[in-house]
Formats: sequence, structure tokens, C-alpha cells
Amino acid sequence: MSALSARVGRLPLIRQVRQSVGLQRGMLVTGLVLVGVVVLAAVFAPLLAPYGYAQLGDASGNFGAQQSPSPAHWFGTTVGGYDVLSRLIWGARTAVLVIVVGVVLSIVVGVLLGLLSGYLGGWLDRVLVVVADAVYAFPSLLLAIVAAIVISGGQSGLWSGILAAGISITVIFIPQYFRVVRAEVVRVKSEAYVESAQVVGASSARIMFVHALRNSTRTLPLIFTLNAAEAVLTLAALGFLGFGIEPTAAAEWGYDLNRARSDVTSGIWWTSVFPGIAIVLTVLGLTLVGESLNDLADPRLRARRKAKQR
Amino acid sequence: MKGLWRYVLVRFLLIFPTIFILVSLVFLFMRVTGDPITAALGGKLPPDQLQELIHQAGYDRPLWIQYFEYLGQVFTGNFGTTLTGNREPVVDVLLRYGGATLELAVYALIVALLVGIPLGMLAAKLRDRWGDAALRVFAILCYATPVFFAGLVLKLVFSVWLQVLPPSGRASPRGVIALDRVDGATGIYLIDAIRSGNPALVGDVLSHAVLPAIALGLLTGGIFLRLVRTNVISTLGTGYVDAARSRGVSEFRLTTKHAYRPALVPIITVIGLQVAMLLGGAVLTETTFEWRGLGYELAEFLAARDFVAVQGIVALLAVIVALTNFVVDLIAAAIDPRVRY
Repeated sequence: MSALSARVGRLPLIRQVRQSVGLQRGMLVTGLVLVGVVVLAAVFAPLLAPYGYAQLGDASGNFGAQQSPSPAHWFGTTVGGYDVLSRLIWGARTAVLVIVVGVVLSIVVGVLLGLLSGYLGGWLDRVLVVVADAVYAFPSLLLAIVAAIVISGGQSGLWSGILAAGISITVIFIPQYFRVVRAEVVRVKSEAYVESAQVVGASSARIMFVHALRNSTRTLPLIFTLNAAEAVLTLAALGFLGFGIEPTAAAEWGYDLNRARSDVTSGIWWTSVFPGIAIVLTVLGLTLVGESLNDLADPRLRARRKAKQR
Repeated sequence: MKGLWRYVLVRFLLIFPTIFILVSLVFLFMRVTGDPITAALGGKLPPDQLQELIHQAGYDRPLWIQYFEYLGQVFTGNFGTTLTGNREPVVDVLLRYGGATLELAVYALIVALLVGIPLGMLAAKLRDRWGDAALRVFAILCYATPVFFAGLVLKLVFSVWLQVLPPSGRASPRGVIALDRVDGATGIYLIDAIRSGNPALVGDVLSHAVLPAIALGLLTGGIFLRLVRTNVISTLGTGYVDAARSRGVSEFRLTTKHAYRPALVPIITVIGLQVAMLLGGAVLTETTFEWRGLGYELAEFLAARDFVAVQGIVALLAVIVALTNFVVDLIAAAIDPRVRY
């Protein structure tokens, strides 16, 4: 399950938490807590959410549209008559699935291409670098829109929607992983231990995956967290532009915000504010973790235990 | 100077493969899955009429023939004709609405610089204290808040609850009529309003611009804040700043003059990178505020499933991004010799 892999992936973080001090520790821990809450909401959505994401009513009849927050509907109901709180919680599941699909796909493809390109060099390397640079410079949202059109024609169900959003995001991230891994491989390639491996007679594949890959993936966790944050934003933006997942297939925060646009003008705030805050907190959590890891990895930015300035 | 000219030439030649790759990618992506006519009109017309239209437009020919034809068209500045709406060339759409997007992007950039630079210096000065932490969290919040959500909240607070600013549009309906009458209208409303010589009109245009500019500007402002902070921190630690301090230069002057100047160079490069982000953000901001620019039109075409128009606008934006990056790289190279090849 995704929960297990997420937990295993987080184990090394304990070291960073110990290493950090003061404000930096505060930022890292806050980030981890926020991410933890989102992951928990995603895993236990069926238990936590009071209603289904596409449920329009219960035994006592329909919920009604645009109902203000009440004991039965803590966060009110949407213009479509859904329960806002339930869609909020189910939305976490969609967001986490898209992050996992998108980031895993782009890491696999990006790292493979980066390894090949950096290690083999030659014309393949040059072509890939130019293509990656061109794609990197392009507005990522437009790229995601184009990809979403290709994959789903714009409308989709749960899995096709998640896959479409995941792949759209992948298209944006591949160049980033590609660049990082390639640069590292080019650097590592000239190290003495790679040369000695070649002398001993190791195959190219072995050198690439064992020697170069192991030593070129140090920076990946940083990019991973920052990309996960961007993935949530891209998913929401696609949803906001009407390229999201159908409301009956899954809950998606960006779609809910799109439907809430006209509510705002008539003063109905709960349909937009709650899903919006969900996006902000998720991205905030991921970014705080990423930033803190980045600072801790860089001795110049790492805060030291109090040595009074001046 | 010889090195610089060589760089200019190489960098200029690099524009072409970039544009070529992006335009090809967009074409392949959009065409692999089907033809745009079925996407736009499928289900609305009987199948034989649909086939007729597809045949007329030439979408039933082999893909590679269409591809070369498309490349030829792009090379001559023809980005296709929209299928829906007025059935006009995409280039006309750009000319009509490009000004609005440019105007919004410039406002947003101004907001971003006004927010990012002073706050970034302040954060650097307060390094590792609570003020610094608060500013950094603010910067991350700017990044973490989707522009459309920021836009909706701003609208809710300032237009609906406080009712001090208009909720949407680029000008009031009467303002739009007055602006259209201005001789030689540029489409950039602020310029047109100033030329009309009517202060009320200028106020109208500016009041409509405030919320969209803040929504989009904060996104970039957060990035500037972080950048200025990191750079000022590193320059504050250099020898010449210590030397100036020992000569008795005030701390305020040290931060705002000595450490700040060198920290500006990376900002210019980042402004270039932000052009792509501003364009993406403009699509969302314009949709939120019904700001009728290129992004708003793009969203409309997306909703209408007019993928010829989408393909055209996206390809055109690719060209604009490639050209802007070229200009920015030149500025960066002129300032910092280390950038040159």
C-alpha cells in the first residue's frame, strides 16, 4: 500500500529532525505533521468522512445546495449539493494518489534517461539535453493542459483521471530529474572508482546502476518533496480549468474551487475557502519538508546551535 | 567584447531548435489522439457531415504530411484558425488579447518586486530570528497558494465583504465603451486611459487591476523574497561588507546598499524564468477575474474543446517564451561575464 511505502520512505527523516535546531526544527516538524495529516486523511477517508464524495442525500432526504455550515454539514454543502467536508477528506486521497503516480513515473523515466544520457554521452546526450531544456522552459501548466487533452480528452473517471493527471505532471517533471541525474552522472563518471570498475571489467549497465546511480541520487529526495507540492498545485489548476476528474468519480479540490467561482460573488464562502485551505496546507507541508531538507543538506544555510551573532 | 558577440550568436541560433522542438511536441501530442474536429463537434453533427468537415480540413491525410504542412505554416507565422467563436486566425486572437495579458503580467511583476525585494532584505537582516521565520513562511505561503484560490479570497474580502474594489473585468462596462473610443487604442487599458485624459477612467482601470495584480504578483513575490534573502545573507558575509562595517557604515546602509546590489543580479535571471510561470499563472488569474486576455481566451477555447485554437495559442506562447528567454539571457550575459560560453 502507499501508506507503507510512504512510512518507509520517511524513516531517514528522523536523522534530519535530530540534526535540526530551533526554527528549522519547527519548520521541518510542522511540515511533517501537515503531510502526515494529509496522508492519514487519504488512507482513512472512508472512516473519517461523514458522507461519500458523490453522496447527495441521506435517510432524511437531499442535503440541498449551498447550505451554510451546520452540525449535519460542518463545512456546508456545495452548489452541486455535496457535503464540503466529505469532499475535502476524499480529495486528500485523490491528491496523494496523483502525487504517487506522477512522481514515481517521472522519477523512473527521468532517472533512466538521465543515467543513459549522462553515462553514454554523444549525440543522444546532446539531443536529450536540448529537448529537456526546451520542455523545461515551457510554462508547465500549458504543458499539463496539452497532456491532459491527449490522455483523457479532458473528461475522465477515477483511475483514468488520476492517471491522466499523473502523466500530465510527469511530463513537467521528467526534465528536472533528467537534468539533476545527468549532471551528477557526468560528474561521477570521471571519479576514480568508476574508472577502476571499468578496468576490472564491469559492464556499462552495472556501472550505471550500481556506481553512478547510487552516487547521483543524493539530491532526489529534495526534488521529490518540492515536485510533490507542485503536483498538487498542477492537479488543482487542471481541475480549476475544467480538466479535472468528474465529481461522481472522485473528489478533487481544484474542481470544487472551479464550481465555487460564482458562489464567491454572492458571498458564499465555505465552498471555496475550505478546499482552497486544503490545497494550501498540503503544499505548505510538502514545501516546508523540502525546504528544511535543503537547508539541512547545505552547511551554509544550516542553523547552528546558539552562538550569539556578533 | 568578442566573447559576448559569440555568445549572442550561439544563443540566438539556439532559439530555433527550441521553438522547433516545442511546436513539434505540441503538434504530436494533440494529433496522436485524434482530429480536432471530432473533439469540438463530435456528437453535435451527423457522422457524414463530420467526415465531410474532416476531409475539407485535411485531417484524414497521413500524419507526417500534416506535420510538414503545419511546420511550414508556423514558419510563415500562421498558427491556424479557430474552429469555434469567430473562426478567426489565432494570430488575431493574440493581437487582440495579448495586450491585456502583457498589462496583467507587468502589474504582477511590479507587485512581486515591491513585495519581494524589501521583505527579502528584511528577512536576511533578521536571519534565524522570528521575523525571518515569519517572512519565510509568508514566502512559502505565497508559493503554496494557488493563484485562483488567492484570487477568490481577495474577491471575497475586498469585493463582496468590504465592497471597495470591483470583483472582475478589466474596467466597468461604461469604461470599456469609453476606452474603445480612444483613438488608436493599444488594447493596454492603462495607456489608453491615460491618453484619453480622463482621470476617472484611469482610476477605473487601476481599481480593476489591483486584485488580479496582487493575486498573480504574490506568487512571484514569494520567490523573489527567498532569492533576495539567500543572496543578501551570502553577500553580508563577504570581506568587503566587513570592511565597510569596520569603517563605521551603518547596518541599514550595509544591507540596503552594499549587500543588496550584488544580490540583484540573480533576480534578473529569475525574472526571465518567471515569464513562463507568469504566463501559466495568467491563465488561472484571468479565468478567476474574467480578465479578458490570452489566458482567459485559452480557457474558453479549452472549455469549447477547440483544440486547433488551443494548439495555436500554446505554440505561439512557446515562441514568446523562447524569445523572452533569449533576451533575458543576453541581459544576464551583459551584466555577468561568467554566464557567457
